[in-house]
Amino acid sequence: MAALHVEGLARRYGEREALSGVTLTLEAGQTLVVFGPNGAGKTTLLRVLATLLRPHAGTVSVLGSSLPEQSWAVRGRVGLLGHEPLLYRELTARENLRFHARLHGVADGRVDELLDAVAMTARGREPLRTLSRGMVQRVAVARAVLHDPELLLLDEPHSNLDPAAIELVSPLIGSASRRTRVICSHDPTGGLAEADVVLGLRAGRPALLAPASEVDRSQIAELYR
Amino acid sequence: MSRTVAALLRKELLVELRTLESVPAMSLFAVTTFVVFHFALNRSVVDGDLAAGILWVTLLFAAILGVNRLFVADADQGGFDAFLLAPVDRTAMLVAKVITLLAYLVVLELVAVPAFGLLLLGPSIGDALPDLIGVLALGDLGVAVIGTLVAALAVRTRARDLLGPLLGLPLLVPIVIGGARATSPLLASVHPTAPAARWLLTLGLYDLVFGLIAYALFDFLLED
Repeated sequence: MAALHVEGLARRYGEREALSGVTLTLEAGQTLVVFGPNGAGKTTLLRVLATLLRPHAGTVSVLGSSLPEQSWAVRGRVGLLGHEPLLYRELTARENLRFHARLHGVADGRVDELLDAVAMTARGREPLRTLSRGMVQRVAVARAVLHDPELLLLDEPHSNLDPAAIELVSPLIGSASRRTRVICSHDPTGGLAEADVVLGLRAGRPALLAPASEVDRSQIAELYR
Repeated sequence: MSRTVAALLRKELLVELRTLESVPAMSLFAVTTFVVFHFALNRSVVDGDLAAGILWVTLLFAAILGVNRLFVADADQGGFDAFLLAPVDRTAMLVAKVITLLAYLVVLELVAVPAFGLLLLGPSIGDALPDLIGVLALGDLGVAVIGTLVAALAVRTRARDLLGPLLGLPLLVPIVIGGARATSPLLASVHPTAPAARWLLTLGLYDLVFGLIAYALFDFLLED
């Protein structure tokens, strides 16, 4: 069964169409990389797949459940890493992760394990507002995979991360994680290296959908012109 | 659900303890208002209807400060999204927020009621205290439920600071009326009596009705 099946997806914000006619299929374990200029609808697509936004037209099936009717069956099986870390600034990294662990019914031991994995154990007792953006992003990565989700939705996951930190989080959200992934990216080289399937969006409409092996950098560059 | 409510409550209280954004502002507002009333009325003491009115109106406006801040951290720091992504009962957030607001109101009243007794109230508050606590508890429950409902509705709009009071005040007026009428005989200088049962019943029914409305609507307020 496909991990994702989207057909004719449309989503509006008031009168403005953010997504229209998006159709794609992604098998379990595969990685879809979404390219497109700012405002192309990449984040909206992720939020629809995460059950945070309702589709206004078309059909969306995530991990075998139809959205929005069966959203409850998808929640808890998806990890979202967006532009916002979804963490409270006044709480420490450890308190934030423990809060999320309780929401997802995960044991506290997993919090320590992930703090260690993102090299945040030493700073884990400091309020998030005192940490650098890169450190907050590392904690956000830990938050996104805390409940061992089957599907990862990653919106420019390496933003604010230095090369060492990118290497650090790679086992959690990279191809080594062996999870089904949807990644929004502006980096043609890195994105194509990760992708099994490429989707290009322009003004909310699909401008490119192909296996990564059939896509070259010039086609990605064309999306941004 | 109790585990989720406990996790949310712990988070709420930790954030408030670290930021001190709501409760100190509410308490300071109440005490300042009593001082202003003291001078504006040109009276050193009040009792009966006037005392009950001043107390409830002040508590109401102080509560609005807390209501306006109730969901701000969740809206601004992604707490809503994080909660919606979790496989938990949405009602847990309603329960946790109502309890949080109740806790804020209790702390507010621990400061405001003695301050009111010192700054404005003629009769001693001591004898009336057990009944007053009962009336305040009924009023607080209504304010907490309606406040949570209104705050959840307003926080996702651009005009949340305006919309909260605009929607909340008309819905909270019956609580002020019921609360003030029930409190008035307690604060009489001459022959203070127990609160009339019909006002207590009115407050209780109002709490119940809005509790059911909040339970029915809250999910829809959180969802897209």
